[in-house]
Amino acid sequence: MTDTTGSPDTTGSTAADAPTRHPMTGNRLTAEAAAEGHGFEEHAYDVVVIGAGGAGLRAAIAAHDAGARTAIVCKSLLGKAHTVMAEGGIAAAMGNAYPEDNWKVHFRDTMRGGKMLNHWRMAELHAQEAPERVLELEEWGALFDRTSDGLISQRDFGGHRYARLAHVGDRTGLEMIRTLQQRAVALGIDVFMECTITEIFKTPSDEGERVSGAFGYWRETGRFIVFKTPSVVLATGGIGKSYRVTSNSWEYTGDGHALALRTGASLINMEFVQFHPTGMVWPPSVRGILVTESVRGDGGVLRNSEGKRFMFDYIPEYFKGETADNEEEADRWYEDKTNNRRPPELLPRDEVARAINSEIKADRGSPHGGVFLDIASRRDAEFIQRRLPSMYHQFKELADVDITAEPMEIGPTCHYVMGGVEVDPDTGASSVEGLYAAGEVAGGMHGSNRLGGNSLSDLLVFGNRAGIDAAQTALKSSNQSLQVRDEEVRAAAERALAPFSIAGGENPYTIQYNLQDLMQNLVGIIRKSDELSTSLREIEALKERASRLSVEGNRQYNPGWHLALDLSNMLLVSECIATAALERQESRGGHTRDDFPGPDPHWGGRNLVLTLGDDGRVELRHQPLPAMPEELQDLFEAQP
Amino acid sequence: MGYELKLRVWRGDASGGGLNEYAVQVEEGEVVLDAIHRLQATQAGDLAVRWNCKAGKCGSCSAEINGRPRLMCMTRLADFAEGDVITVTPMRSFPVIRDLVTDVSYNYEKAREVPSFAPTPRDPDGKRRMMQVDVERGQEFRKCIECFLCQNTCHVVRDHDHNKPAFAGPRFFLRYAELDMHPLDTNDRRKLSQDAAGLGMCNITKCCTEVCPEGIKITDNAIIPMKERVADRKYDPVVWLGSKIFKRGDRASREEV
Repeated sequence: MTDTTGSPDTTGSTAADAPTRHPMTGNRLTAEAAAEGHGFEEHAYDVVVIGAGGAGLRAAIAAHDAGARTAIVCKSLLGKAHTVMAEGGIAAAMGNAYPEDNWKVHFRDTMRGGKMLNHWRMAELHAQEAPERVLELEEWGALFDRTSDGLISQRDFGGHRYARLAHVGDRTGLEMIRTLQQRAVALGIDVFMECTITEIFKTPSDEGERVSGAFGYWRETGRFIVFKTPSVVLATGGIGKSYRVTSNSWEYTGDGHALALRTGASLINMEFVQFHPTGMVWPPSVRGILVTESVRGDGGVLRNSEGKRFMFDYIPEYFKGETADNEEEADRWYEDKTNNRRPPELLPRDEVARAINSEIKADRGSPHGGVFLDIASRRDAEFIQRRLPSMYHQFKELADVDITAEPMEIGPTCHYVMGGVEVDPDTGASSVEGLYAAGEVAGGMHGSNRLGGNSLSDLLVFGNRAGIDAAQTALKSSNQSLQVRDEEVRAAAERALAPFSIAGGENPYTIQYNLQDLMQNLVGIIRKSDELSTSLREIEALKERASRLSVEGNRQYNPGWHLALDLSNMLLVSECIATAALERQESRGGHTRDDFPGPDPHWGGRNLVLTLGDDGRVELRHQPLPAMPEELQDLFEAQP
Repeated sequence: MGYELKLRVWRGDASGGGLNEYAVQVEEGEVVLDAIHRLQATQAGDLAVRWNCKAGKCGSCSAEINGRPRLMCMTRLADFAEGDVITVTPMRSFPVIRDLVTDVSYNYEKAREVPSFAPTPRDPDGKRRMMQVDVERGQEFRKCIECFLCQNTCHVVRDHDHNKPAFAGPRFFLRYAELDMHPLDTNDRRKLSQDAAGLGMCNITKCCTEVCPEGIKITDNAIIPMKERVADRKYDPVVWLGSKIFKRGDRASREEV
């Protein structure tokens, strides 16, 4: 048994034999690092991408192809990022299943799904470029399911007028991450695995300040690492780990959101958090694990304890024109989309999640506090196993439920944050020169609610755009002018080690647990003014407790220490969500206020923008929505 | 419902370590990873363990449970009796970093050695066509979540570190087979898979297939067909002659890499 009470300076046995290449990654380590001012391992790149999910990998590939020396830095092993959990598919109007589908229809679906709060330009670029980004994956080895004439097959999903999700069974995310990972490896891009960035450095520039580098630690050894770089692309994903019931993994602690705020960038739309309608509810240990929307896309329906398809009772005025109001029409739609309207089970996710929540509250739920998702009575076993193999496997292995024979029990689970770093739609650039964001950590694309399938395409389209611009910015600026000051590096190291300096303080796991309960109960699916005010006070109290926490053990692969550092990001992002949620006095998309139940045109025209003040407090301001050009506006009047 | 689970967990680092005994409260329906997380949150804050999705999709939480290579997130406590002691140790074929975390860089090095996919040009309309039946074989192999349990189990390298430089392991035989069976790939990796990747060292005992959490038939569907394809290339004179005569820019005469 090893001594786990060693001093924080103990970095384990690997510290002694300084290798020239990192054992995990094969990246070269600078031998002279120790001789330099701050004494830590240092690397210089043109572009540093933080995160190795879909957006990060796509950004790195684009930056590399644009001629930049590029590094990927990620918290987990390569290939394990959250993108792997995406199941249903990549939304792209390729027209393989329905030739009448095109980017304009996709654009319109996306904007309507987001209740028109999306940045129109992002939604436009996304719809236009997604098909080519998908074909590119095929170029790099992805094996999508095919149509009968050999093209990429496309499946139905909520809120999409036509079947347009390119997919591989129900494991599309795995296919996408493996394809991008293999591409990045083939290009020889340096990857710093199990390495966490805690700070971004800035240096004076002509326009004020710009990015100059980043600071982080190797999880494996606890040793610090410094990057000198003019461009940083944040591709860190979301914030779901701040909620008790979530489909998100441990990595989703809002790192990129918090790094952006601390670097001086702004966040928008943070009040909009997506609760996916269908997460597992039983047994308790799997509560929150995602059940793909493809179950409904492939014919599955929602029923309450009385056996009723209750979604017909929850069709909002806004979607009445395009939603079937009886079971016969809804069922015909799967075969004939031209003459029938979409089943209400395939309304956008916010609508379905609220409806399920209402059924459960009205005591018409399933035995374990969900509702029933039934595909067993609607499709044959062979079809289900072929189309939804990993759902079949997941329920069989984890819940002893055979989904080809009995209904699943499901309920809403925290899945995605629409809000994120405010970026230039064309380039992914934040307001801080050299700082970019792409994927879930960026805001604006999805407005108040994201359609299923639009996430994977978002990662590809905007990862690519951010990577290209980050490379161009870097190649224009000269590395020599970048300054990373030794005293800043040393201060960053001190902050990272602070949790070791307090003895007898609270355990970080307990504080995280309390935060998750607080966010789940007070800033969840249905929100109220008084509860939101309470949540802000309680977050303040948790911040205070977090400043006095202790971690045990030493710096080598110590999850307690890692959590302690992640916690400050989770607390800051939670404060942003609660602050914006309290301010927006209406219900729209992923933000539902019990005290303001309907949408309000006044609020429909504005974004809430959050920044960090000099005193470390979150500041909020209102900002009008960017005006959509007329030719795009016409799309909303022309169609049903 | 809940009960107190007796758990033995290997704690230590490269310099050594041993099994520590713990008692952890567990609930109905939980998996081994839940018990490990509760242990971490309440008794051993610095217990090192990898995990991400907790749903058998990312392949991070590989370990040996009572000596059997498994994913901790897919191993249900209900499969054991309440009185049983569950022993969790790190994967044995990789050097330990700390506690349950091992240095799996061997796999990432082998990944870099596989020449990448090189497709034929697109059809005139900018798309590519492949039939479902032709992509299905590769799709089975691409279900791989890179948990590396097959690599850990394979007796060619388990307790035989010296074989590692010459042996890519079952995970990468899958990859070679996937690319070889890809309808549009123009590279021929058969010689490479035999020579540099060490396909010939595999004597098809199927240990890898047995531990695959995705149920991929690694031996039957990837390794054996790949061995046959290597043999075809090497010993069939007609194939050999054909490869010398026909030099077309498509898949019919692939480029040896």
